[in-house]
Order: sequence, then C-alpha cells, then structure tokens
Amino acid sequence: MAEKVKLISHVDAINWNRIEDPVDDEVWDRLTANFWLPEKVPLSNDVPSWNTLTPEEKQLTMRVFTGLTLLDTVQGTVGAVSLIPDSLTPHEEAVYTNIAFMESVHAKSYSSIFSTLSSTKEIDDAFRWSTENQNLQRKADIVLSYYRGDSPLKRKVASTLLESFLFYSGFYLPMYWSSHAKLTNTADLIRLIIRDEAVHGYYIGYKYQKGLERVDEATREELKAYTFDLLFELYENEVQYTHDLYDSVGLSEDVKKFLHYNANKALMNLGYEPMFPKDVTDVNPAILSALSPNADENHDFFSGSGSSYVIGKAVNTEDDDWDF
Amino acid sequence: MTVVYYSSSSNYTHAFAQKLRAAGQHCVRLPLLTKDDTLLMEEPFVLITPTYGAGPRRGAVPKQVIKFLNVPQNRELLCGVIGAGNTNFGETYCQAAHIVAQKCQVPLLYRFELLGLPEDVRNVNEGLNRLWKQKLQRRA
Repeated sequence: MAEKVKLISHVDAINWNRIEDPVDDEVWDRLTANFWLPEKVPLSNDVPSWNTLTPEEKQLTMRVFTGLTLLDTVQGTVGAVSLIPDSLTPHEEAVYTNIAFMESVHAKSYSSIFSTLSSTKEIDDAFRWSTENQNLQRKADIVLSYYRGDSPLKRKVASTLLESFLFYSGFYLPMYWSSHAKLTNTADLIRLIIRDEAVHGYYIGYKYQKGLERVDEATREELKAYTFDLLFELYENEVQYTHDLYDSVGLSEDVKKFLHYNANKALMNLGYEPMFPKDVTDVNPAILSALSPNADENHDFFSGSGSSYVIGKAVNTEDDDWDF
Repeated sequence: MTVVYYSSSSNYTHAFAQKLRAAGQHCVRLPLLTKDDTLLMEEPFVLITPTYGAGPRRGAVPKQVIKFLNVPQNRELLCGVIGAGNTNFGETYCQAAHIVAQKCQVPLLYRFELLGLPEDVRNVNEGLNRLWKQKLQRRA
C-alpha cells in the first residue's frame, strides 16, 4: 500500500431526483434488487455430493474457488474503488460503491463454501496454492497494473475484461458439476455471482463507451488496439491457467470454448465486435444449460432446425401498466 | 415489412438493428423515453426487445415496449418477437421476449446475446425474408 489513494477532490450532496444518466438509476435498482448473501443458500445440502468427489476433483474445486476469491478480492478492494474518481456522474460513484461491496460479498461466499465442505487444512492448502500459482498471480498483477495506471478508460477496459472474461475459467467448474447433478447448491450460489458480474460488466463497459464519446478519433483507435492487445495478453495467460487446473481431469479443451464464448461477450460489453469465430465458441450444451436453463433449446423459429412456432412459455408478469 | 426495436441508451440492440439495416431490413427504433409518443404501425412487423429489470416477474419488458403494445392496432400487426439478452442472467435470459410472445400469442422467432454474432445477423435476416415472403403470399 505504498501509493497514495486517489480521491475525488470535490463532492456535492447526491441528488437522486436529478438523474443525468438514466442507466445509473436503472443499474442501481437492478443491483440492489439482486442483493443476496451466501447464508441464504443451503450449501450444507452439498456435503453428501462433495463426499462423492475424488481427492483430485476436490482439490481442483478448492483451487478454482481460491482463484475466484482472489479476483473478487481484487475487484472489491481495488478495481471498483479505483473507478470512483473517474465517474462522470455522482450516481455512477454510488453504483461503484455497490459493486465494490458486492464483490466483497462474492469473495466471502467462497469461504462459506469452503467452511461447509472442507477442512481447515484443505482450505489452507488451497489458499497457499493460489499465492504460488504463477498464472493466477500474473492475471491479478496484469489487471492491478492497469488499475494503478493513469488512464481512466484503460481502467474500465481492464475492469470489464475481469468481470466478463477472467472469471469464467473458474465459473466453468461449478456449472460442470451442476450438469452432473453435483454440488447443485454451490452452483446456485455461483449463478448469483454470475448474474451480478453480468450487470457489472455491462455497466462498466457502458461507461467506457460513454467515455469514448468524449475523446478524439485517434484516441479511440488507440484504445481499441489496447483493448485487443490486453485481451490477447490475458487470454494467453488464461489458457495456461486453464491447463494448470483442468489437464488433470481432461476438461481443458472444453473450458477453452467457454473462455472464447465469454471473451466475445466481454468485447461486446465494451462495444466491440466479437473476435472468436463460431467453431471455437460452441460451448458444451450441458454447460450452457447449467448457466441458463432454456438457453440451448434449439426451438427458435429462425434457427433452421426448428420448424414449429413456439409461443412464449407461461410467464406471468406483475407489471400493472399492461392494458390487456 | 418492418422491424421495430427498443434499445436503451446503452445501444446494444441498436447495434444489432444497424447490422440488420445494412443487410437490407427496414428497422424503426421505439422512442427512448416512456413519456414520448409511441409508434402506430400500419403494416405487419416483428419486434426486437431486450430484457430489463430485477426479477423474473417484474419489469422485464421495457416500459416503452409495453406502451407500444398497449395500442391494439400494433398488437394486431405483430407477427413475432425476437429477444436480445445474456445467458448470464440464467432463467431470465430473454424473459421479455418470452412474456411478449405469450401475452400477444405470437411466435418467439429468435434469441441472441448482447450485440449479436455475425451468424445471428444472418439467421435473423434470412428468417425475416422467409417470413415476409410468406406474408406476401398469404396476402396475394
């Protein structure tokens, strides 16, 4: 903690009745409505399932979760906080404080999983692994170096790539277990984290695009090149990290497809076109289905194979502004 | 034949509509603000809507889309709905499109994520062309 914390030089009382950017208001509402705590998830129901895993599978799971804990810690205590002084509106500042707090909730929730499923020794071993794994440390270091840098827009790029891309080598595993009917309550908790990260990535990416509107064309081009360079750098490291974790269980190639799929989504959150072609982003349908239960149903009328019209599933809405 | 879409100021769905425009589809954007007058359609159209809101049961359909569909003539001319979303929202992926399809009894034609992949643009463009052709044949 050698460097001085950068703070906003002037603060006015925040007036939520005068919104400059409606997206701030919408995202605040969405984040606060999504609020959750790990204590609400019945993790102890996963104990019998945990006991069916082999020692290697348990070790892999613990390592994956310490890796995710590290990223959430980075984002909670440095990443989201570092974005506050660059805010365009006071409401944006408030949204980042919410994001920072939720990242700390995420980081703590892995400890809830650990204490439910595992012994103190296994937990300590896994945390030791996380400090010793070079590729994991490198990914945190790369992102932290941009958070410390002096470019507000580069900070947002690094932050969006963390939220929308870097978590997914880890998120893969609980989705994999869930698709095999294992650790399903843990998977429920992870899905809450994924939902939060989706809003964070969307919001920070949106603010990046707002920032781009204020710079000249040459700077925009430079930032675009920077984004793709950083993504490549992180991607290469992520591939190594994936092999470190998943080679022992033979899942690395499947995980990489999930990485490509999410790298595309991270780029889109920043307003750029996706980079990875379809033949390397065809995520295992079981994983996609664990992520979003009806996403892989190939029933869309325009998809080709679907020949029958599908009327939307019975979903009631409590909105009262419909007239029919 | 028209594609009507709603996109917030984040412009995700707008970016997808721009690509459909480039492919030759006629696309019209709903007004950004709920207080603005909505559109009155006079020919068959397909709606593209993103999903909003916090939970599965509230606020999923953008208010501007509700205002537009509250006009009976618009509902009569609605041929189908396309959802824009993100699978990271789990079971609420493209929830608004599901709700509109059910409420208006029209088919859910397609779903895509965020700005859409090139394949999505191609699938939707070709699907719309087939649909427009069917509509014209039925009229003839």
